[in-house]
Amino acid sequence: MLEKNNMKGWIYLLPAIVFLGIFMIYPLFDVFVYSFEEGYNSASQTYFGVGMYNYSYVLHDPYFIQALKNTFILVIITVPISTLIALLISVGLNSITKLKELFQTVFFLPYVTNTLAVGLVFMILFKKTAYSDGLINMLIHLFGGNSVDFIDGPYWAKMFVLCFYTIWVVLPFKILILTSALASVNQDYYKAAKVDGTSRWRIFYKITLPMISPMLFYLIITGFIGAFKAYSDAVALFGTDLNAAGMNTIVGYVYDMLYGNGGGYPSFASAAALILFAIVLTITVINLLISNRSSTN
Amino acid sequence: MSTLNDYSKIEQQAKRNEKIRKTITYVLLVIWALVVLFPFYWMLLTSIKSYSSYNSEYIPKFYATNPTFQNYIDAFTTVPLAKFFANTLIFTFATTASMLIVIVFAAFAFARLEFKGKNMTFGLFLSLMMIPNELVIITNFVTITNWGLRNTFLGLILPSITSIFYIYLLKENFEQIPDELYKAAKVDGTSDLKYLFKVMIPICKPTIVTIMILKVIECWNSYVWPRLITDNEAYFLVSNGIQTIRESGFGRENIPAMMAAVVVISIPLIILFLVFHKKIMEGVSRGGTKG
Amino acid sequence: MKIVLEHLTKRYPNRDGGDDVIAVNDFTFEIPDGKLIGLLGPSGCGKSTTLNLISGLESASSGKIYFGESDVTSLPPENRGVGLVFQSYALYPHLTVLQNIMFPLENFKGKDKLSKEEMVKRATEAARLVQIEQFLTRKPSQLSGGQQQRVAIARALVKMPRVLLLDEPLSNLDARLRLQTREEIRRIQRETNITTVFVTHDQEEAMSISDMIVVMKLGIVQQIGKPQDVYDYPVNLFVAKFLGTPPINVFEGRVQNNTLYIGDDAVLDIEGVEDKNVYVGIRSEGFILDENGPFICKLTAVEVMGRDTSVVSTHKDMLVESIRSIISAENKVDTSSDTVRFSLKPFKTIIFDHDTEESIPYKVRK
Repeated sequence: MLEKNNMKGWIYLLPAIVFLGIFMIYPLFDVFVYSFEEGYNSASQTYFGVGMYNYSYVLHDPYFIQALKNTFILVIITVPISTLIALLISVGLNSITKLKELFQTVFFLPYVTNTLAVGLVFMILFKKTAYSDGLINMLIHLFGGNSVDFIDGPYWAKMFVLCFYTIWVVLPFKILILTSALASVNQDYYKAAKVDGTSRWRIFYKITLPMISPMLFYLIITGFIGAFKAYSDAVALFGTDLNAAGMNTIVGYVYDMLYGNGGGYPSFASAAALILFAIVLTITVINLLISNRSSTN
Repeated sequence: MSTLNDYSKIEQQAKRNEKIRKTITYVLLVIWALVVLFPFYWMLLTSIKSYSSYNSEYIPKFYATNPTFQNYIDAFTTVPLAKFFANTLIFTFATTASMLIVIVFAAFAFARLEFKGKNMTFGLFLSLMMIPNELVIITNFVTITNWGLRNTFLGLILPSITSIFYIYLLKENFEQIPDELYKAAKVDGTSDLKYLFKVMIPICKPTIVTIMILKVIECWNSYVWPRLITDNEAYFLVSNGIQTIRESGFGRENIPAMMAAVVVISIPLIILFLVFHKKIMEGVSRGGTKG
Repeated sequence: MKIVLEHLTKRYPNRDGGDDVIAVNDFTFEIPDGKLIGLLGPSGCGKSTTLNLISGLESASSGKIYFGESDVTSLPPENRGVGLVFQSYALYPHLTVLQNIMFPLENFKGKDKLSKEEMVKRATEAARLVQIEQFLTRKPSQLSGGQQQRVAIARALVKMPRVLLLDEPLSNLDARLRLQTREEIRRIQRETNITTVFVTHDQEEAMSISDMIVVMKLGIVQQIGKPQDVYDYPVNLFVAKFLGTPPINVFEGRVQNNTLYIGDDAVLDIEGVEDKNVYVGIRSEGFILDENGPFICKLTAVEVMGRDTSVVSTHKDMLVESIRSIISAENKVDTSSDTVRFSLKPFKTIIFDHDTEESIPYKVRK
């Protein structure tokens, strides 16, 4: 038996508990308080009353509605597409031996790069200016299309770049997780199936997919959560004034309310953050229910 | 014999299918590798094109006719890129170092010491892992502002000194060290602190290094908190710096200089990645999440 | 279906730039139709590679494989009609026992395609053959190791393979189940009469159920034959040491004037061997307790095992840790003495050349 020394344990834990208490637990309660304090003034730190006004304001704010719409579109497009592409690439990676490590390393590169910095490169690739149409438009011309300004142009073009860049940024993590999930499937299953003459598609559908489904669900759930919290990708492409570009996201709205051009409203920011949290929680619970049901069947 | 013919047909068919499949796989992988690498190539390429030649290319060229390093000089002289760089280094180093101290002690307490309420506290820690940063950042912003710590390193660093996930990771690793070692050390009269530094940390060095690298990446790329807490260029980190450069730095149109800055900012992490790619990928697949 | 292996060889390129690793070296053998063959050897001897070559999961570097008259050397595994049972069983955890057994049948295409009822019928038959029909609706995780093993066999048999291959089928089972399951494998093989090859590192397992055994070492076949023949007439010291429990007792010895000596003890009178140094192998059942016997050993311990008695002793020329001899329990060993004397049974005493380690035939001098 290890000796029980009550004080010592707490002393070792003290720094962690102090930091977590101040920067995590206290704010967790405080955010609710803010969200119900009406007319909070950050300069004088006073408020008029308590109620649901902040929520009502946020939900009626056209900027928030726009952000909500953008975020949902982003989530619905990028989560399935990025998961599918990651699955395709991981299956490909797992079927080869030559150059496998090189490919893996290259595919992981975007994970470690600065989102803001590389976003700038995407911006100049897609941007159309007075003196150049940009590389992507040059390619579109090559295939006989008309050039579009993806950065300051129509909504769908901007949404396309945002989705494309988001997928580019989130793929490394998904490929990594799926590749190691695929590699950990016992090779005997594949040998057995091969000897039985199972077709490739059937092996994939009947053996591989069920075997990696826990990891797949994990990726879908974290993918949803991550995509709902999208922000810096949009900033990288369209600049800090996302409301003006019409490309704001929910998280972007929270920060704008807190600070920046329209800032100084922590109450509105808190209400928006809690709405986001409620959405993410709902989606996660739905996801978990679906994954439980499909794994018990 | 007909069966012999059948067999050789089947063999040929199987070989052909295998070849087609391999080719398609490699083509697919190469395409995605190009999509991944192309932005990096374009960033490097643009950074060595001169301002005038870049702007005269209505159709962008895939090579530089007159490569120049002038953009890199501009990047360091026109905007305080060196300052951003140094700030980020200080921020990264200070945050990582102080976080390591906090989490090593916490993980040690959870893994090795016995005290009342340990399991409950650990359970509470784990449940806090689910709390999104977006929810607590509002109050933290107000707290730091009230403490008068805006535009200071302390204000930048304080909220990111603890990471429950890394405490968890390290605790798991500490627990794999057999009890016998601890008992033997106790019998020899080794103090807990000495045991921690002389035995546990050296044994768990690989995990600690992994945590360190992941934290460095996270710090280097952090954008949101620094943006909220600093509005004085003297305290900008690279991410904020790049955003300022984009919006006002070289004048909106000097894209080659902008790309030179982007290259300079990206290089440290790319080098870190190339050296430690195995460690980083292993660490991330053990449960890391983006940023 | 007989299986013919002709100069079968498998090389793996050496990644460090050295010589190729030869996993299977020039293996030639004809496996008769309907027999149970045990491939036996220590780990790394190439027995599993041989099995993979027969199944088609690996392709041969050179040599030929025939099933009956047809050359299947480069045929992909799915076209060979083999059933394969893995050491890990490789049962699909998300499918029930019935679904697992039906899995191979669902792959049939074109004119071979079966109706759902037909598939269930055949799967149930296979389940009945291995006596697991009461578990059809369970998941593999709800079965014991032995039951999982039977499901794996049923899955391999359900498509009526021409050849059944078993890779270390018993090594994941505990001792009691292993005994029971190996009888079971024997029974199933007899009932179906499918040519069966199984791989094992356990000589007792191989000897007990095989019609023939193949002993391999470092990719090279050492000896092929009926289990008793291989045991009685091992071609070399390796085979002699590998077969038998307790293992054969080995000594330094010499032949001089038609007499076999171990140390100074003239243990056996023989004919037909020239004078030279040899290794002498004596099976544990080759010792006869004899107070006037020529072979004098130092007594260490007597272990009573009920039916038999195991006498543990030492000798200065032994090449084993201790000499183990098994004698009938009716013989009483004088434990007060510190020596024990034996005479030896000629056919349980085997002589090996000192250089080549190959066995040397001899006659007993009357």
